[in-house]
Amino acid sequence: MTNILAAAEWGGEFDDVFVDINALFEFAPLFTVDIFGFELGINRTILIAWFMSALVAVIFLLAFRQPQVVPGKLQAIVEGIVDIVRTIVLEIIGPKGLRFVPILTTFFVAIFVLNLAKITPFMMLPPTGRVAWPLFLAVISWLIFVGVGIKEQGFFGYFGGIAFPSGVPKVLYVILTPIEIVSTLILRPFTLAVRLFANMAAGHILVVITMVIPWVFLPSMPVGWLLGVFGIVLGPVVFGFELFIIGLQAYIFTMLTAVYIDSSMEAH
Amino acid sequence: MEGSLNVLGYGLATLGPAIGLGMLIGKALESMARQPEAAGMVRTTMFIGIAVVEALALLGFVLAFAL
Repeated sequence: MTNILAAAEWGGEFDDVFVDINALFEFAPLFTVDIFGFELGINRTILIAWFMSALVAVIFLLAFRQPQVVPGKLQAIVEGIVDIVRTIVLEIIGPKGLRFVPILTTFFVAIFVLNLAKITPFMMLPPTGRVAWPLFLAVISWLIFVGVGIKEQGFFGYFGGIAFPSGVPKVLYVILTPIEIVSTLILRPFTLAVRLFANMAAGHILVVITMVIPWVFLPSMPVGWLLGVFGIVLGPVVFGFELFIIGLQAYIFTMLTAVYIDSSMEAH
Repeated sequence: MEGSLNVLGYGLATLGPAIGLGMLIGKALESMARQPEAAGMVRTTMFIGIAVVEALALLGFVLAFAL
């Protein structure tokens, strides 16, 4: 069922492009590294992630190696990024949340650049389109907000506050307790991960289809080339839209983590 | 006819969130237009709401591939 339906009528053979939709996300390991008996296959996804991490590290080091009072161009740009996160934190948690700005900035920048690989030429693959990356980020987020909750309210205070929210008639606890526990401790990280993963996977498929349309349809002379031209026109639109989604997902992940931290800082 | 019912399932799964998002963003725009000074707060809350509503649509999308 993984052939593209749009091609069927035109006799477009998409089989040689990709047979299985998983082929868009799975790459054979280029080489394997043996660490303490674990065979680690290094494939394209992890190489992109390494490259992007190195790029961010270099940019941040260059920007903040010798910080000036009157910032230069690079420092001003990077300070702008930090300031976005700082504004989010001030709006949602308030001044007492300023100590979370570093980790939230890390989330924001990491998600942004990993997503950006989706529309970067010669990469065109978001590492966050593989579920491992969003899941790992979501687990870190979960550890942070549960850790903050335990530290601020105590172990029983925090989990008691989740399981038995105050101001509710005692009978309702029969229904409310399971719902609250599941929604706070399981659904929160799950939706964080799935939101990022699904947006990136869907975006990657969309970009691939947009790129494949001209390649497949332009040579087909009778009518098909019109669709190819449409694909070429569509390209920049899709790239702009994806850039918007990339920024939005990084923003939403950061903001939701801030909201979860805020909710575990004070008792309900 | 060939194909997978999952696709239909995903179509159905988008309906509820679509209605929800329409109402949510519409109301947020309404309140921003009425009280422009509260726009920042409304926008932040709107994004949180969107994130919660959107989760349902995304579950549908992922489960269409997964199951």
